[in-house]
Amino acid sequence: MEWSTFLWTTLGAFLTLCTFSFLYKDNPFYKFAEHLVVGVSAGYFALVLWHQILIPNLFARLNDGDWYFLWLNSAQLWYLIPAALGVMMWTRFSKKKSWISRWPIALYMGIAAGMAVPREMHARVIEQLHSAMRGIIDWNNFFGSSVFDTTSGIASIIIFLGTLAALFYFFFSKEHSGVFKGISSFGIWILMIGFGASFGYTVMGRISLFVQRIQVLDDWTAVSWQGDHGGFVFFWFLVFGVFIVWAVFEIVKYFKNKGTTAES
Amino acid sequence: MSFDRRWVFLSLAIVCVGTYLWDFSVPITISEEARSIYDEVAALKEGDMIYMSVDYDPNALAELHPTTYALAELCFRKKVKVIFGTLSNLGQGMVDQVLHDISDSLRDTATYNGVFYEGREIVNGVDYVFLGYKPYPAMVIQAMGLDFRVPFPTDYYGTPIDSIPIMQGTKNFDQCKLVVDMAAGNVAEMWITYGHGNYGVPLALAVTGVMGADMYPYLRSGQIFGLAAGLLGAAQLEKLCDNPGRAMDGMRIQLFAHILIILFIIMGNIGFLATRKLNKLK
Repeated sequence: MEWSTFLWTTLGAFLTLCTFSFLYKDNPFYKFAEHLVVGVSAGYFALVLWHQILIPNLFARLNDGDWYFLWLNSAQLWYLIPAALGVMMWTRFSKKKSWISRWPIALYMGIAAGMAVPREMHARVIEQLHSAMRGIIDWNNFFGSSVFDTTSGIASIIIFLGTLAALFYFFFSKEHSGVFKGISSFGIWILMIGFGASFGYTVMGRISLFVQRIQVLDDWTAVSWQGDHGGFVFFWFLVFGVFIVWAVFEIVKYFKNKGTTAES
Repeated sequence: MSFDRRWVFLSLAIVCVGTYLWDFSVPITISEEARSIYDEVAALKEGDMIYMSVDYDPNALAELHPTTYALAELCFRKKVKVIFGTLSNLGQGMVDQVLHDISDSLRDTATYNGVFYEGREIVNGVDYVFLGYKPYPAMVIQAMGLDFRVPFPTDYYGTPIDSIPIMQGTKNFDQCKLVVDMAAGNVAEMWITYGHGNYGVPLALAVTGVMGADMYPYLRSGQIFGLAAGLLGAAQLEKLCDNPGRAMDGMRIQLFAHILIILFIIMGNIGFLATRKLNKLK
């Protein structure tokens, strides 16, 4: 086992416990872990932008020109246009000149909207409308398949009617009374089933994160108890010892306060 | 009636750690959508090429890393060439870690689903290429559909794309048999809109549990051919690949954690109804 592996695994285990300590209440250990994550992420991203984007996608392409001519003698001169637009964004820092940054933003928004509107309309509206309806127009779908098969005719009718009812729930130009109340209630049920499915998956997702952290802590234990890391093990025990003493102190304080409140 | 939520956290922690220490396994049922991914990847032949988009950060590692490991190892064992890319700014570390770990395990001989695979060394540029990261996913997907060289003039390690053997004769998605996107966030929908919608790439998704339910309409409409959602999807793929890992190990903890949460929901509802009844009586 290499020292670096041991050290990083131990740091990971320590930061895991620091983060989990927030479940009890906000504290300096959690704050330290939180600030570390934010700082490391920002620093890492700045380096990634420089090394993975600006160097290969801009400077390397202008490399045949000379920087002291501002690359105007480069054969791929047109790359200076996006570079200039990027520089214009920095005028956001000046109150007087910040209007200049609106030009690249406007250009970007225009391109993004022009690109997105037809494709989003096709992929997320037309395709979905087609998918919601096509199951019910083919008679063959109604025979030989289970109701739990999402492509079966009956399932398609439920999905089609459910979609209409859920949409109707958000239609406020008509009072939801009589038949419309029934449709709207059916819409709520459909929405609740959808939210329930999402909630179930979300719970699974959150537990998965915790499970992975348990696995990491287990790895750390395995690393610490094998090999010659006596000194480090002692050091980290000391660190975790402080952590545990603090946690016990807080628990005792909590129950003491609870007792005082109950008496008063 | 009030209940300190920290008791919920504590009981969940006790149940999860307790279950982790208790060595047993739970049966994993394979869904059709996960099987579709495995079937397509397993049907690939030696020399075929796929694109794997690793679009997640460490915060989604728990759910998506097992899928990436299982599918990447299956591809390399079958000598399928893989183009890795990421549209997530911290995703580079994820790909780096997967490639490092898989390189080690591929050196050993192994038998998966009754098929014997000789151990071998995978070579960067020959068996795989890692393109790295670029921001603005929609733009990058659009550009890759034209030519990988537009957004990625060099790979992650700074090697010009044209000098990489695997990329010679590879222009865009037309040379890839399929695209598998492991995604946390809206990048998955961008792959559907721009990757499948614009270029018709056969697309499969492995997404986090939170996104799972939202992706099923795309499966039904045929915009994606397979879906692995959350740790369950990852465990299903591990089982299908006959390569048990952390996802299958985690499912036994999921079982008891879910039972506990269901009990809490029932208790919460009983408490709510009881309080309402008491208030009415008052």
